[in-house]
Amino acid sequence: MITKQYMKSLLDKGTRLDGRNFDEYRQLAEIEYGVSPKSAEGSARVKIGDTEVIAGVKIDTGTPYPDRPDEGTIMVNVELLPLSSPHFESGPPSIDSIELARVTDRGIRESDAIDFKKLCITAGEKIWMVFIDIYPVNADGNLFDAAALAAIAAVKDAKFPELDKDGNVDFKNRSDKGLPLSKTPVSCTVWKLGDKFLVDPTVDEEKLADARLTTVFTEKGDICAMQKGKSEALLSGDLKIMVDLSEKKTLELRKLLK
Amino acid sequence: MKYTKRFDGRKFEEVRPMDAKVGVVKNALGSAMFKIGKTVAIAAVYGPRDLFPKHLQNPGKGVLRCNYNMMAFSGSGDRVRPGPSRRSKEIAMVTQNALAPALDLSPFPKTVVDVFVELIQTDAGTRCAGICAASMALADAGFKMKDLVCAVSGGVVGGTPVVDVDYAEESYEGGSVDIPVAVMPRNGEVTLLQLDGEVPKEEFHKAVELARKACDKIYEIQRKALKAKYSQEATK
Repeated sequence: MITKQYMKSLLDKGTRLDGRNFDEYRQLAEIEYGVSPKSAEGSARVKIGDTEVIAGVKIDTGTPYPDRPDEGTIMVNVELLPLSSPHFESGPPSIDSIELARVTDRGIRESDAIDFKKLCITAGEKIWMVFIDIYPVNADGNLFDAAALAAIAAVKDAKFPELDKDGNVDFKNRSDKGLPLSKTPVSCTVWKLGDKFLVDPTVDEEKLADARLTTVFTEKGDICAMQKGKSEALLSGDLKIMVDLSEKKTLELRKLLK
Repeated sequence: MKYTKRFDGRKFEEVRPMDAKVGVVKNALGSAMFKIGKTVAIAAVYGPRDLFPKHLQNPGKGVLRCNYNMMAFSGSGDRVRPGPSRRSKEIAMVTQNALAPALDLSPFPKTVVDVFVELIQTDAGTRCAGICAASMALADAGFKMKDLVCAVSGGVVGGTPVVDVDYAEESYEGGSVDIPVAVMPRNGEVTLLQLDGEVPKEEFHKAVELARKACDKIYEIQRKALKAKYSQEATK
C-alpha cells in the first residue's frame, strides 16, 4: 500500500513511482486492428504500458427514434471485466463502467465525427445502429484514454455488412464501405495530485489523485467533450494547465491511429 | 444427405489450426489464450481469495468458480447482449465441472479460485476453447493439478463422424450433431460430455474417439505454450 504522503514526496522531487515524467505516457504499443475480424464489423486493441483494451463494433439495422426519424444511432458500452483486474466484480454495471462508457460516447457523438444522417436507410423506418463495445483485458490504469483510443480505432476499422434482397442484415458478407467518419476525436485525461498534474496514471496514482479532467480534441484542435472526475475541486488556474497538457498529449496519441 | 467432403477442406479427423499463449493477462495469477480456427478464448485466474457469503465456503478445500462470457461483438450474427444468460451460466457450470477433477484445492480451505473465460471471436467450439484456455491458466497460476484438461467437440455431420465442428458444419442442412468432450489425456478420464442432435450409437462412439485423439494434439499445444513461457523466464 502506497501512502499519499509518500506519493506526494516523490512528486515534489519531480518524479513518479515508475520514474516517469509527469507528462510522460508509458510505452504505447502500435494499435492492432481487426482483433475479431470474423465476428465484429470493426475491432481494435490498444496497449498503454500494461493496460490493454479491446473494442469491437457491431453494425445492425433498427428503427429510428421518433424525434430523429432520419438519423442512425451509436451506442457505447463498457464492461469492466473481472478477468482484467482483481478490483472488478461480476454483476450489474458499476458507476465506473457507466461513466467510462458515457464519456467515450460523448467524445465520438459530440464531435459529430459520425454523420448520423448518413446512417439513415429509410427515413422514419430503418436506420443503421452502431454498437461500440469496449472491454479491458488488463486494467492497469488510464482506462479513459485507452478506451477512447480503442473505440475510435475500432470505428475506423469497421465496414458495413451487406443487406440481403429483403433488406435484412447479412452478417456473413461485408461491404468495403466504412462508417461515415469526418473527424477523429482523441481523448487525454489529466490527473491532479496535490498541486501536480499527471497523465497516464497507474492504478495507485489514480486512487490517490484528487481530481481528473478528460478533454477530447478534434484534429482541428477544438474541444468536443469534457468530464471532470473525482471529488476534489479544481482551482481556477488549473483548467488552462490541464487543457493545454491534454491537447499536447492528444497530438502524440493521434499519431498512433491510421 | 451424406457429408463426404468438409466445407473447409479438412480431413474428418483433423482439427482446425490452433495457437496458444500463456500469460496474456498480467494482473491475473495465471492466464492463457487458446485459439482454434477462428474461435479465440482468453482465461484468467484470480485467487485463492476470501469467499463470501460464508455458506459457500468449503472448510475442507478451496472452491472453484468459473465464469463464461462472450464479448458483445464476438457472435456469428447479431450483437450478443452483455451480461449473463441461461446459456452462459450453463456453460460456466460445465466448464467448472470439466476443470474441477484435475485440480487439487485442498491446501486452500474456505477460499475461492475464480476462473474467468472471455470469448473475443467465435466460430463454434467456444466452451471447449474456453476449457483449454482455463486449464492452461490454472497451470500457469501454479495450482497442483493431476493433468491439463483438453477439450474439443466431436460431431456427426450428415451422418459422418468428424472432429472440431465449426459454425458452418453446425448449421449443416443434412443434420449435425455436436458432442463437446473434455479429457485428461494422461488417464483418459472424461470430464465434459454433452450432445446435441440425433445420432446412432456407433457414430456417437466414433465421434468421441475422434475427439479423444484430437485432444492429444491439443495437449501438445498447451504444454508447448506453458513451457515456452517458463523457459523464457528461466533464460531471463
